[in-house]
Amino acid sequence: MFPKQEVVAMLLAGGQGSRLGVLTNKLAKPAVPYGGKYRIIDFALSNCVNSGIEAVGVLTQYQPLILNEYISNGQPWDLDSMNSGVQILSPYQRIRGADWYKGTANAIYQNINYIERYNPEYVIVLSGDHIYKMDYSKMIAFHKEKEADCTIAVINVAREEASRFGILNINPDLSIYEFDEKPENPKSTKASMGVYVFNWNKLKEYLILDYKNKESDNDFGKDILPAMLNAGEKLFAYEFNGYWKDVGTINSLWEANMDLLGSNNTFDLSDESWKIYSKNPVKPPQYIAESAEVKNSLIGDGCNIYGKVDFSVLFDSIYVGKNAVIRDSIIMPGAIIEEGAVIKYSIVSENTVVKKNAIVGSCPNEVLNKDDWGITVVGDNITIGENAIVAAKSMIDKNVSGVKNNERK
Amino acid sequence: MRGNNVVGIIFSNMNEELVRELTEGRTMGSVPFGCRYRLIDFPLSNMVNSGINKVGVVTKRNYQSLMDHLGSGKSWDLSKRRDGLFILPPFGNSSSEFNNRVETLYAIKGFILNSREEYVLLCDCDVVCNINYQEVIKQHLKKQADITIIYKRGIVPSKMNTPLILSLNTDGRVKETYINPKIESECSYGINMILMKKNLLIKLVAECMSKNEVNFKRDLIQKNISKYRVFGYEFEGFMKVIMSINSYFEANMALMSKEVRDQLFYNYRPIYTKVRDDMSAKYEQNAIVKNSLVANGCKIDGEVENSILFRGVKIGKGSKISNCVIMQDTIIGNGCNLSYVISDKDVTIKQERTLMGFKSYPVYISKASLV
Repeated sequence: MFPKQEVVAMLLAGGQGSRLGVLTNKLAKPAVPYGGKYRIIDFALSNCVNSGIEAVGVLTQYQPLILNEYISNGQPWDLDSMNSGVQILSPYQRIRGADWYKGTANAIYQNINYIERYNPEYVIVLSGDHIYKMDYSKMIAFHKEKEADCTIAVINVAREEASRFGILNINPDLSIYEFDEKPENPKSTKASMGVYVFNWNKLKEYLILDYKNKESDNDFGKDILPAMLNAGEKLFAYEFNGYWKDVGTINSLWEANMDLLGSNNTFDLSDESWKIYSKNPVKPPQYIAESAEVKNSLIGDGCNIYGKVDFSVLFDSIYVGKNAVIRDSIIMPGAIIEEGAVIKYSIVSENTVVKKNAIVGSCPNEVLNKDDWGITVVGDNITIGENAIVAAKSMIDKNVSGVKNNERK
Repeated sequence: MRGNNVVGIIFSNMNEELVRELTEGRTMGSVPFGCRYRLIDFPLSNMVNSGINKVGVVTKRNYQSLMDHLGSGKSWDLSKRRDGLFILPPFGNSSSEFNNRVETLYAIKGFILNSREEYVLLCDCDVVCNINYQEVIKQHLKKQADITIIYKRGIVPSKMNTPLILSLNTDGRVKETYINPKIESECSYGINMILMKKNLLIKLVAECMSKNEVNFKRDLIQKNISKYRVFGYEFEGFMKVIMSINSYFEANMALMSKEVRDQLFYNYRPIYTKVRDDMSAKYEQNAIVKNSLVANGCKIDGEVENSILFRGVKIGKGSKISNCVIMQDTIIGNGCNLSYVISDKDVTIKQERTLMGFKSYPVYISKASLV
C-alpha cells in the first residue's frame, strides 16, 4: 500500500534533442551537462524536491543509459524514500503487444498505474529539458484557488520570438480562451513553459479519450489541451517571472551557460534557499597555477588550470595547459586542453583531448561572412590533433588529425 | 570485489590537545583540511578503498561536528545493511572511560568481539596520507606477523606526541622500540596505524587492564615486542602529521605541489567527503588567482595567491589574500589585505581590514568571528 500523495510529478525525459547534434548522440537531452556541474534534469528534480513533491515519475525513452545511471535511486535529490521518491518509467511490453511512447500524453497514459498507486488529487507534468528555478507549490496553490481543471505555467517572451512557442491567449482573470501553437501572428507574448498542473481525475478522463482517438498525436500541446479547452474545461495560466530557458539548440545551450557568468549573470545558482542538487564528482579541489589567468568563469572540482580562461564554464577534472586560451566556451568533464591550444566560442564534450596549439572555433568578428559563424561543437572522447584548426560552426564527431605547424592553412 | 577480513577502528579525538585552536569546538577528526575535507576523511577513505567494510569511530567529546560530518556514512559508501559505519561514544559506568587508548579499547571490546572480521586495524586522525591497507594486510599474512606497525622513514617531526621509534632487522621484524627518544637523525617512526588479530588485541588489552598498565605504546606494544612477531610496514608515500597549528598550516600549503596532490588524491583511491551541493567556483571580473587551491562554492573577485580556499568562501573586490588558509563560508569584504592567516569557518572579515601573520606564526581567527 502506497501512502497517498496529494501531487505526483511526471517528468518527461525521453526527448532526443536532435538539434543538439553530437551532444545527444549517446544521451538523452535531459542528461546533457550544464553549468559546470549539473545535468539539465537536475533543475526539474530539484524544483520538485524544493516544492515538497515526494513522488516523481521520470519517463525515459531515447538513450536512457546515462540518465538511468545518473538518477539511480534518487539519493542526491533526497528522492530515495521508502514508499515514494523517484521512479524511472520506461516503455514496456503488455499481454497484447508493446508500444513506444508515441507522444507526451501517451507516455503518461501508459503509466496511469504508477500515478494511481498514490491516489493523487493533482498531477504536475514537467519537462526534463528546461533550466529554471520554480516553486511548483505556489502554482498548485494558484490552481486550487482558481478551482481550475488545468493550469499552465506561462512566461513572457519577446514578441519577435513568440512564434517559436506555444502561445496562450488569456482573459483578464487569467483563464485561457485560446491556444496558439507557434502562431505566425501571435496575439500575446505568453508562452507555455511546458509545466502543467491537472486535476488527476480530469486528466485521466482525457488521456483515455485521447488514446482511443486514432487520429491523435497523443501530445499535450496539440491534443489534450485543445480538447479540454473545446470541451469547456477551466484552464488557467500561471504567470512565472523568473529565469527560464529551453535549451533546445546549441546556441541556447551555450547562451544558458553564459548567463551564469560575469556581468551577464542573470541566473543565480548559489541561492541557499533553492539549492540545485546533483550528483557530485569525488574530486580534489581545483588548482589554479602561477601561470594561470582565470576571470568571469565557473570552474569545477579537480581541474588543473595553467592557462588563460575567460567567460567560460569548465566542468570537473579538466586540464588546461600553459599558454592555452579558453574563452566564451563550455568544457565538459575530463577534457584535456594542451599547451598553447586555443578554444573560442565552442562546446567541448567529455574526455576530449585538444592537442598542443590546436585552434577550435573562432570569434564572431574573425569570420568574414556572418553566416559562416556559429558555436563549434566537439563530441566526446575525440582527439583534435596538434596544430589542427577546427572552423567556427563545425560539429566534430570524429578525430581530427594533427598537422605540422608550417603546413597550417 | 569488496570486503576483507579487517574491521577498522578510528580514534577521532587522539592528540587533539596539540592543536587546541582548531579542536576547541570539534574533534581532531573533524578539523577541516585541504579545501573540502575533514581529517577523518583520509583514514576513512583509505579504509574503504582498501576494502574494509566495517569501521568504528571512537569519539570521546566534542563530537557534534563529527557526527554532522559523518551522518550515516553514505559519502564513504559505509551506509550499509550489514556492517558500515559505527560511532562509538563513551557509555556505561566509570569503568569504561575513554581516558587513553587501552581503556578505550577495553570499553569497546564488545564492538570488536562482535565483528565477524578476524583482524583489526587501529588508526588516528592526525596523519594525512593515502595508503593502501591491502598491501599492509598482504604483508602481515605473508610474514605471519602477530602485530604490524606502519611506519615512516625520516626525521621525526618535531612536537610529534610520544613517537614510537622502531629498530628493525633486515626482514622487517621489530627488534626493539623506543618511545620519545632524542634522535635527530633519520629513523623509522610509527604513524599510529597498527594491524593485528582482534583476539590478540583483546587479550593484550585485558592483560594491561588487569595490571592497570594503560599506556598503549609502553605497556601494550613495547613490553610485548619479544613475546610476539611484531613487524614494521614502511609507508613510502606523502604523509604529514598534524601536531601543531604550524604543521597544520604547512600540511595545507604542501598541497600546492602537484606531486603531493598526485600522491594524496590518487585517482583510483579517491578521498571521499561529505557532499555540499555548492555550485562551481565562480571567478569574477577582477579575480587574479595564482598558485592556489579553490573549492566549489567560492566566489572570487579579488587577488588570491598561495592560498587554500574552502567551500563557500567569498573574496571581495580589491582584496589581497596571500599564504592563507580560509575555511568554509568565510566572507572577506572588499579591499582587505590578509597574509599568513588561518581563518576558521563562518568568519566574517569586513571591508578594508588588514591582517598579517608570519610564516612561522600564522594568525588564527576562531570560528564565526567578526573582524
